[in-house]
Amino acid sequence: MSIGWYLAVSAIVFALGAAGVMVRRSPLVVLLCLELMLNGANLALVAFSRMWGNGDGQIFALVVMTVAACEVCIGLGMVVAIYRRQLPIDVDELRELQG
Amino acid sequence: MTTTTFGWLVLLFPLLGTLIIASGYRVLPGRSAGVIGTSAIGLAFLAALGALISLQSHSPAHRELASSLWNYANTVGVNAEVAILVDPLSVFMILIVSGISSMIHLYSISYLDADRGFARYFAYLNFFVFSMLLLVLAGNFLLLIVGWAFVGAASYLLISFWYRRTTATRAGIKAFVINVVGDAGLVLGTYFIFKHTHTLDFLATFNAAPHVFHSGEADIVAGCLLLLVGAIAKSAQIPLHTWLPDAMEGPTPVSALIHAATMVTAGVYLIARMHVLYELAPAAQDTGAVIGAVTLLLAGTIALVQTDIKRVIAYSTMSQIGYMIMGVSVGAYAAGMFHLMTHAFFKALLFMGAGSIIGAMAGEQSLQKMSGFRKALPFTFACFIIGGLALSGIPPFSGFFSKDEILLVTGERGGWHWILYVMGYMGAFLTAIYTFRMIFRAFYGDPVAEARELEAGYLHHAEVPTNPATGEVEDTDVGFPGPHHTIAERALPMRVAMTVLAIGAIGAGLVQIPEVDDVITTFLRPTFAGSPLYEPHTRDGLLIFGLILGTVLGLSGIAIAYRIWVRRPSIAVTARERLAPVYELFAHKWYFDELIDALVVRPAAAAGRFATGTFERVFVQDTLVGGSTGIVRAGSAAVRAVQSGFLRYYAALLVLGVAGVSFYFLLQT
Repeated sequence: MSIGWYLAVSAIVFALGAAGVMVRRSPLVVLLCLELMLNGANLALVAFSRMWGNGDGQIFALVVMTVAACEVCIGLGMVVAIYRRQLPIDVDELRELQG
Repeated sequence: MTTTTFGWLVLLFPLLGTLIIASGYRVLPGRSAGVIGTSAIGLAFLAALGALISLQSHSPAHRELASSLWNYANTVGVNAEVAILVDPLSVFMILIVSGISSMIHLYSISYLDADRGFARYFAYLNFFVFSMLLLVLAGNFLLLIVGWAFVGAASYLLISFWYRRTTATRAGIKAFVINVVGDAGLVLGTYFIFKHTHTLDFLATFNAAPHVFHSGEADIVAGCLLLLVGAIAKSAQIPLHTWLPDAMEGPTPVSALIHAATMVTAGVYLIARMHVLYELAPAAQDTGAVIGAVTLLLAGTIALVQTDIKRVIAYSTMSQIGYMIMGVSVGAYAAGMFHLMTHAFFKALLFMGAGSIIGAMAGEQSLQKMSGFRKALPFTFACFIIGGLALSGIPPFSGFFSKDEILLVTGERGGWHWILYVMGYMGAFLTAIYTFRMIFRAFYGDPVAEARELEAGYLHHAEVPTNPATGEVEDTDVGFPGPHHTIAERALPMRVAMTVLAIGAIGAGLVQIPEVDDVITTFLRPTFAGSPLYEPHTRDGLLIFGLILGTVLGLSGIAIAYRIWVRRPSIAVTARERLAPVYELFAHKWYFDELIDALVVRPAAAAGRFATGTFERVFVQDTLVGGSTGIVRAGSAAVRAVQSGFLRYYAALLVLGVAGVSFYFLLQT
């Protein structure tokens, strides 16, 4: 199978994730969509790794997963904190950092 | 030890004293700060004596010894060395400065006994003496300027010593500002000289000056006139004299030290030291002579009508310094320095006496409230009489020989110098009158309550301490005078100091009796070796005439003072009423304060206000400052608008941006 197919799937997953980040308002869903984007990128990395026949890309993918796990940890922690303080679970409402 | 080592020691002791007292003022017990301060200056005096003895062992042609401790900087042709010059003139000065200062330190131990700022006082006083010694020992212009500025700073500290008195702090600021005018003159004058001689070293400058300057050339005249500005500011000559009477706000020993014996003589020393340059600039010499003559006469008239006992002595100082400035400006170098020495003795003595009588009056300084202290203060009275006779130039007291010698040399110059000669003798006549007016008013007449109390054995004590100048109520904490006052009759250190000075005031004149011993002329000759004006006089007739005239004028002045203020006090009142305009003129000090206020202070303040209103407010504040803040404000407002706080909006921007960049590169390939 040519590399093109893998890349196409990767691009679709990435675009879906990006669209989700842009249109959804729930922080939980935004985090999920971020994961989609990261995994889209991972797919591309693994595909290229296969294409060149060495493991560097796969190592990269593992690193990305680690970073993603950390990011989710923090993200979910923040969501829980928002919930505990009984703030609205909506990224449009949480805009106190405006200039 | 070599001669210059003694010179360095003279500087070392007062500096050490300052450092020890200033760093240890918390732990020094009791009056030890005073003992340390006094012994530091005493040791400096001994070192000065050592320098004198060691200098005399050199042959007269080799008595100008320079020594450099280290080279501070040597760049762009300026060689800044920490160097001293030990020659007869500087040894003469360090002997006077350290000798008189040690007596004044001794006197201060008792006088400031009750003051809360005791240790601070001695630290300042030692620093002052160090600065003055640095000034007179300096071997180049640079160190001279350093010493000159240190003296100004030290005098500010001492005049404002009672820093909670607003009158004292104001007087200190005034003295400092006027002295800085002089400093500027000195620095600029140095520049004019340096521009041609390319050296700051004194000996090198004096050697080069006759070769690089023509007599009367514009640059040397400008340089000497600017140096003269420095000299008249430090020596309180017209028109930069107004700080001296105000400086009487300081403690009385400070007045004795700074404003009589040492600091104000710096100008005289400067002109004598720079005599090589001044002789190349006759215009500057003549200016100095005229300023001195005018000052001695004007200050004498003002002293006639002052009622504050310390101010009478202060104006008398101005007047006597006028003689010295005139003397060294007309070439009477030895006579000018001789008068400097005798004046230091009797003027310090008079100030110490004034301190004693002020103590008896519990801080009051007005002559109008003093009377009849003759029996209550016999020792002080004797000192006043000795100092007064010396000041009035009555033989054989010291002032007699020195003043007449200045006038003799002035007269010998001939021509228009005869005017100065006449002014000098008019000044001598005034001196006798105002000196004995002060003595008669304070010691003769009916004893006042304070004097009666003292005769009965009780020293008057003020119910509430007040500022003698304004009558404001004070306390006795730090920053104000202490709770007790001291009189010489009850304090041994004061009596010792005054006795030593009284002996000097009587006998110091005998070292230079014309045609008899001429000790000072001989001693100073190596310094003034190249001067055509130095060699002594030929006109014996004028000498005899001058001595007799001086005596007659002095005695008749005393007689007039006796008649007016002892026999018929009503004469003074009638005279004041008859001559009201003249009295007003004298009492307002010839309106010099008002003149300077109108010519300098007010225009400067108006210019300042104008600049604040226009330049500062419109240009600096509105345009420069306001403009730059406006730009930053507008820029940040634009950036702030982008920060909406919408997370999804940021994400969209990011995605669009990355997409845009990607498309750009795709299209490129």
